[in-house]
Amino acid sequence: MLKNRIIPCLDVKNGRVVKGINFVDLKDAGDPVEQAKIYSDGGADEICFLDITASNENRDIIYDVVEKTSKKCFVPLTVGGGVRSIEDINKLLNCGADKVSINTAAVENSKIVIDSSKKFGSQCIVVAIDAKKNGDKWEVFTYGGRNNSGIDALDYAKKMEEYGAGELLITSMDRDGTQVGYDIELMSKISSKVNIPVIASGGVGNLDHLVDGIKLGKASAVLAASIFHYGKHSVKEAKEYLDSKGIPVRI
Amino acid sequence: MNITIVDYSSGNISSVINSFKEVAKDKVNIEVTSELNKIKLSDKVVLPGQGSFKSCVGALKKIKGLEDTLNEFAINNKKPLLGICVGLQMFADIGYEETETKGLGWISGNVSKINNQNGNYKLPHIGWNQINILKDSKIFKDIENNSHMYFVHSYEFIPKDKNVVSATTDYSSNIVCSVEKENIFGTQFHPEKSDKIGLKIIDNFMNL
Repeated sequence: MLKNRIIPCLDVKNGRVVKGINFVDLKDAGDPVEQAKIYSDGGADEICFLDITASNENRDIIYDVVEKTSKKCFVPLTVGGGVRSIEDINKLLNCGADKVSINTAAVENSKIVIDSSKKFGSQCIVVAIDAKKNGDKWEVFTYGGRNNSGIDALDYAKKMEEYGAGELLITSMDRDGTQVGYDIELMSKISSKVNIPVIASGGVGNLDHLVDGIKLGKASAVLAASIFHYGKHSVKEAKEYLDSKGIPVRI
Repeated sequence: MNITIVDYSSGNISSVINSFKEVAKDKVNIEVTSELNKIKLSDKVVLPGQGSFKSCVGALKKIKGLEDTLNEFAINNKKPLLGICVGLQMFADIGYEETETKGLGWISGNVSKINNQNGNYKLPHIGWNQINILKDSKIFKDIENNSHMYFVHSYEFIPKDKNVVSATTDYSSNIVCSVEKENIFGTQFHPEKSDKIGLKIIDNFMNL
C-alpha cells in the first residue's frame, strides 16, 4: 500500500537554514546539509529545500548545498525557490536534486512547465502554488507572497496538471507561519480536482494538523517546517502519531 | 571491479551516481559514460532511465552502437545488468507512453499506463510503497519482504512470462516492480532513493 509522506522543509537563505513566520522574522538555525541528514536518518520520506536567497550574488550557494546534501541523503530531495528557467532546473538536477519546484515562473510563463516536464519528465517537476483566500475563492500569489496574480488557484492547479506537473505543492498564504493548521478546504478542493498528488503546506502547529491534512485535506503528502525544526516533534514521533490515527506511513 | 552507469542523456542520473559511489567506497570503480569500449570492458552495467519510455529509447538509439553494445553485454556475454525505472521498462518489446515505441526486447512484454480506476488512484504513483517479494532474487539478499521502496512512475512493465517477476507492489493492482532473468535485473522503484534499504540492493548487485 502506498504510504502518505512526511516532508520536512528547510528554508535556506545564503546557504543557511532559516524559517520565517509569515515570511518575515527569520531566525538562523543551522547548516542545511546536516539538518537534511538528521531528517533523512530520522525517517523523513523526502527532504525539501526552499531557497529564499534574495541577492543575486549569493544565488549559486544553493547548488553547493544541494550537491553536498545529495551525497549524504538517499531519500528524494526537492528544491525550489527562485527557479526561473529550464537552465536553473537543469543545474539543480545535475547537482543532485530529484525534483524541482517552480512557483512564480510557472505563473508568469506556464510554458516552462510544459517544456521542463517534456525535457526532464513530469516526475521531477513540482508546481508550487501560494494561494490566499479572497471571498469564496483562492488567488495565486507570486514572489514569496508579495504579488497577487488574481488567478483562481483551483483553475490554475488543473491547468498545471494538464501542462505536465508531476505534483502540486499547495501553500496557504493565510496559514503559513501561523501554526493553526492547514487550510483544509483549499487542500481538499484542489486534491479532488486534480489526479496528481498534492502536498499540503502552510500552517502546521501540531501533529493533529498533519492528520487533518491527509484525512480531511486529502493530501498525499504533508510538508512542515517549524514543528520539526525547532525540535518540537521529531519526524519519527509524527509518523508514530499518524500511524496511531490509522494513516498509512512508512515506519 | 568496474561498474558502468550508462550516461545516455536519459534525464537526471546524479542520484544514481551518488548512491553507487556511496556504496562502492574504494572497493569498486564507478564509471559514468556512454563510451562503447568502456561499457564492453566493465564487469557490470547500470541502465538508469527517467522521463518517458519514448524519450529514453530515443536517447539510447541516438548513440551509435550503444544498443548493440548493450545487447552484446547482457544477452551474448550474459554479464550482470541492472535497469532502474525506465531502464527496466526498456527491457520490454514495446512501450505505449506518448506513442508506440519498440524497446530492447530482452524480456518479452509491454509497458502500459497504470489503470487508475477512473481517478481513484493518483498518477504518477509517487512515494514509498511496500514490495512483495515473489522469488529469491539475488539483489534481495537480506531484504525483508514488505520493505518500503521509493516509486515514481505512471507506467508499468507487464512481462509475458510471470516467472521473471521477482517482486510486485500494490497500487490499483499488483504492479511488477522487480524482475530477474538470468543476468538481467531491473527495479521499477528507485533503490538510489530508497534510503539504507535501497543502498543494500545496490550493494547486493555489486556483490553478485
